[in-house]
Amino acid sequence: MSGLIEFLRALRPAEKYLSARSVAAAGFVLALAIPRFNLLDNYLQLLLMLIGINIILTLSLNLINGYMGEFSVGHAGFMAAGAYVSSILSVRILAAHSPVWVFPCAVLAGGLVAGAVGLIVAVPSFKTRGDYLAIVTLAFSMIVKSVIENIDAVGGPRGFLGMDKLTNLPWVFFWVVVTIWITRNFIYSRFGRGILAVREDEIAADLTGVNTRNVKMLAFVVSSFFAGIAGGLYAHLIQYISPGSFDIVKSTEMLVMVYLGGVGSIAGSILGAASYTVMLEALRPLGIWRMAVMPLLLVLLMIFRPRGIMGFREARWLVPFLERDGGAKK
Amino acid sequence: MIYFFQQALNAVQLGSVYALIALGYTMVYGVLSMINFAHGDFFMVGAFLCFVGAALLHLPFVPVLLLSMTGVTLLGVATERIAYRPLRNAPKVSAIITSLGVGIFLENFTLGLSPYPKYIPQLLPSFTYTVGGVSVSTFQLATIGISFLLMFALHLIVNKTKAGLAMRAISADRAVVPLMGIPVDKIIALTFALGSGLGGAAGVMYAMAYPVIDPYIGILVGWKAFISAVIGGIGNIRGAVLGAYILGMVEIMTAAFLPSTYRDLVTFSLLLALLIYRPRGLLGRAEIQKV
Repeated sequence: MSGLIEFLRALRPAEKYLSARSVAAAGFVLALAIPRFNLLDNYLQLLLMLIGINIILTLSLNLINGYMGEFSVGHAGFMAAGAYVSSILSVRILAAHSPVWVFPCAVLAGGLVAGAVGLIVAVPSFKTRGDYLAIVTLAFSMIVKSVIENIDAVGGPRGFLGMDKLTNLPWVFFWVVVTIWITRNFIYSRFGRGILAVREDEIAADLTGVNTRNVKMLAFVVSSFFAGIAGGLYAHLIQYISPGSFDIVKSTEMLVMVYLGGVGSIAGSILGAASYTVMLEALRPLGIWRMAVMPLLLVLLMIFRPRGIMGFREARWLVPFLERDGGAKK
Repeated sequence: MIYFFQQALNAVQLGSVYALIALGYTMVYGVLSMINFAHGDFFMVGAFLCFVGAALLHLPFVPVLLLSMTGVTLLGVATERIAYRPLRNAPKVSAIITSLGVGIFLENFTLGLSPYPKYIPQLLPSFTYTVGGVSVSTFQLATIGISFLLMFALHLIVNKTKAGLAMRAISADRAVVPLMGIPVDKIIALTFALGSGLGGAAGVMYAMAYPVIDPYIGILVGWKAFISAVIGGIGNIRGAVLGAYILGMVEIMTAAFLPSTYRDLVTFSLLLALLIYRPRGLLGRAEIQKV
């Protein structure tokens, strides 16, 4: 762990040549080139796409758990909503139409439905905080799972399949960039300040004129929207979803990525999602025991470095220009 | 009508198992204000120890029960010492995440040891008595009887002993208690021991009623027990027992009169509705927030 931090520190001087735009442009060229010219084999491409999806999920959860300081353990429920809605759309309704438009529309629709579902969880969050909100989110994700299991039209507990493999590297990269861009602008906006204020002290925020209800509602909607997007991408990558894919273990994976990378940090989310995904693949030879290592890691992390690698710190190139080095004063 | 009474008896049996587990959640919450999400998996370990005792060591019922209870007690105390104590002054969220991690670790560790579901042999001779048309099996009698006995013992410990007094004192005001010369760490360890021991007993009861066990039984049963604790007002011992019997009744009656796949849906919706309208449970006190 400390070796990794040292390594990142050594990279610091190189950081000033980076900007969000140049990284996004270079990444997009790579994302288009890799599948076009087969620069990497299919396995590595799949891994890259999974990393991308996990980055979206981690950012989505970090918005609630890291920036707003609430505690959601049910994000798999939002992901399930997005995955199912987009899959049903792409298989049942949009498949007859031009395939170019099927996929983005289906994923977007999945995200929007998930966002609407997020409102349902936002309402109890007005009254309850902390442990009790954690229970609400968990009960919510169990209800989502149970509802899907009881709808036979989408396969019930057997799961749902028939999606084409429409998720590819450029699309994943596109959504990752959109997520990072929106999250960053959101956090540094007026609403974002409100979110941070709610984290530090909700009552004080309320008294100084932050409309905590609106802030919480918006944060939950944005967060669940992205979880839904990730669900849609995941469904069209794996081409099979079942209620069991979105259980408490999935939510815990997201928690591990957030707390590994760092709470309240975009760079941390990227780092956490990437390192966790790669590590889980590297541990594959351990078989069943692999899944025992993941929670053990989480426990050790909580005891020795509870904020994660980048907790509450941000990579310079991800901070808006006016916010760097103390903001516009300089 | 007889059908209803038969189902009510089943509900009391299920409620007793939930009550034993719910007590573990609620006691730990009482002293530490922390939800020990790993508790459902303590219960699962209890069921597996029951398998070890009954199928591998061929022990009779009472030693199996004692084996499970001691084993899980040790597990609970060790978890508290290793994973939770370093986090006592950390933000609450760290402790919750740690307990989730411990739970998933226990599940997957057990899965690594036993990848296939295990079948528990019969521990008690199986008789069925018929009282006014309602049939009662020896398992049901043992489950209900032993649960009542354990709950009564817990009641005595919490209300009549010095350690119980200290426990109640910690739950009332943790900052002041050390000033009174009470060894807080020891009392917290004792609370974990009592709670986990009851969870281990619940594991045996559950394994007798549903003899096929796998490492994931703790998730759903644990959550149900946790919901019972929340319904009653978490941190409140009587509330946990009340909530457990209410939940047992709701679950069995849903399964008896509606399609049984609606069971979880009804339970979790009940929890959600309750948390919105009565966030502190039926018997819980409202938290006073100082500004």
